[in-house]
Amino acid sequence: MLKVKNLKKIFYKGTPNENVAIDEINLKVNEGDFITIVGSNGAGKSTLLNSIAGVFPVDNGTIILDNENITKKSEYKCAQEIGRVFQNPLAGTSPEMTIEENLSLAISKSNNLSLKWGLSKHKRKIMRKHLEKIDLGLEKRLTTKVKLLSGGQRQALTLLMATVANPRLLLLDEHTAALDPATAIKIKNLTAELVNENNITTLMITHNMEDAIEMGNRFIMMDGGHIIYDINGEEKEELTIEKLLKMFEIKHGGKFNNDRMLLSV
Amino acid sequence: MNLSFAITSLEQGLAFGIMALGVFISFRILDFADLSVDGSLPLGAAVSARLLVAGVNPFLSLIAALVAGGAAGAITGFLNTRLKIAPLLSGILTMTALYSINLRIMGRPNIPLIGKGTIFSYIRDLGVPYPWNNLLLLIVVITAVKLVLDAFLNTQIGFALRATGDNPQMIRSMGISTNSMKMLGLIISNALVALSGALVGQYQGFADVNMGVGTIIAGLASVIIGEVVIGEKSMMIATIGVIIGSILYRFSISIALNLGLAASDLKLLTAILVIIFLSTPRIKKALR
Repeated sequence: MLKVKNLKKIFYKGTPNENVAIDEINLKVNEGDFITIVGSNGAGKSTLLNSIAGVFPVDNGTIILDNENITKKSEYKCAQEIGRVFQNPLAGTSPEMTIEENLSLAISKSNNLSLKWGLSKHKRKIMRKHLEKIDLGLEKRLTTKVKLLSGGQRQALTLLMATVANPRLLLLDEHTAALDPATAIKIKNLTAELVNENNITTLMITHNMEDAIEMGNRFIMMDGGHIIYDINGEEKEELTIEKLLKMFEIKHGGKFNNDRMLLSV
Repeated sequence: MNLSFAITSLEQGLAFGIMALGVFISFRILDFADLSVDGSLPLGAAVSARLLVAGVNPFLSLIAALVAGGAAGAITGFLNTRLKIAPLLSGILTMTALYSINLRIMGRPNIPLIGKGTIFSYIRDLGVPYPWNNLLLLIVVITAVKLVLDAFLNTQIGFALRATGDNPQMIRSMGISTNSMKMLGLIISNALVALSGALVGQYQGFADVNMGVGTIIAGLASVIIGEVVIGEKSMMIATIGVIIGSILYRFSISIALNLGLAASDLKLLTAILVIIFLSTPRIKKALR
């Protein structure tokens, strides 16, 4: 499904600040995999996701999505097949536009843009159906400008927009980290629901160890630009936070250096 | 202020209103401060005047102006999206280049259109009496432009254009190229500005290479006055606001002139007007 081969990304190459963010990473993602990714700050998690999404050119390696080499594809072209949700709940929606106008862009995503009306009765019907699923009452507020929604509502809408066109791959970069705990749980549940319902192959970065253990069928731990653990199946089911911390200490040769990760345990 | 003054202001407001709609697209929708309009307004006038002198149908000359303006917008778009020159500088470069190009098109700094068949003389010859001849024609043209623009902004591409200025990251995530959208927006914007230039040229009876100076400020003033007076609840209301803003702007200029202000002080007045309107929200907040 997704094959990452010898992927390398160096920031500030050739300067004193040179930083190898990911170092010769190999990863094979199977159809329908839901992978949670953890690792301390600077481990290369976001860089990995951004490389796959075509945000910047990589220094070495190839990325193949469904037999198509997307290594050199630009961000917007990659996005036609890949859905993304960011940590910042404001990043995924257009604030000055209404809920229905935002969703309309997401629904048209799979088609080429045209001079057809952005909204139609049929489209509104589909939108209401989708919005009812996320259960925030937004289906009654189609013409509300998105800037009037709360962060959690906006993130739920973003998640819906990222999945509604059935992308081949969904990339979630700490998409619940900026929300309050109650909202974060809601968004987490919604994520599981939307991903399972459409069987979308998903990579999810999280700093919440519980989420990483609970969600998905496969677990990856990154450190210093490498994948240090890749666990799936039964072994993943049996993971506990204590086991995880121990695993990390063994490989890292030290304690967790990330307070955020420990605090969220 | 007597009636003829009022009519003149209204006519000017309508003719320049199309320019203001163009500025609305670049400045408000795309969030791109595009100074090339100072060059594309006289470009439209120059193209249209040159064609009129050559005996071309005046309505056709408007289409030609539209196309020429679109090309100017494409150049600014190319400078910004492909060569990655900052928006402000891209516009200034196009504007500067257009000064020479406009002179080339016209062959001299000023083309008088007295006695040439313009769209306004065409309507007058149909027997429509003053002041309705000019007014009617301008209202028809600007209404048509507004309606087409409103419709366009409600298409899928229109949505994408609006989101590009609002949140470029989001539009990239939707698989749409922000570069293409910026390009498209600048083409439409400058096409409208040039159309307005052609109308103004035919209306005032001459095209002049310097007639574009201060266009961006007049456009901004119109857009902002419209927002303050009419609001921006929906795109359709916002575009009405821009047109009303343009009319109010021309009225305030006429009033200032009537009160004895020297014509040479107008630019200063305009700048002050824009500053007042731009700072209104902040002043209101501070007073609360």
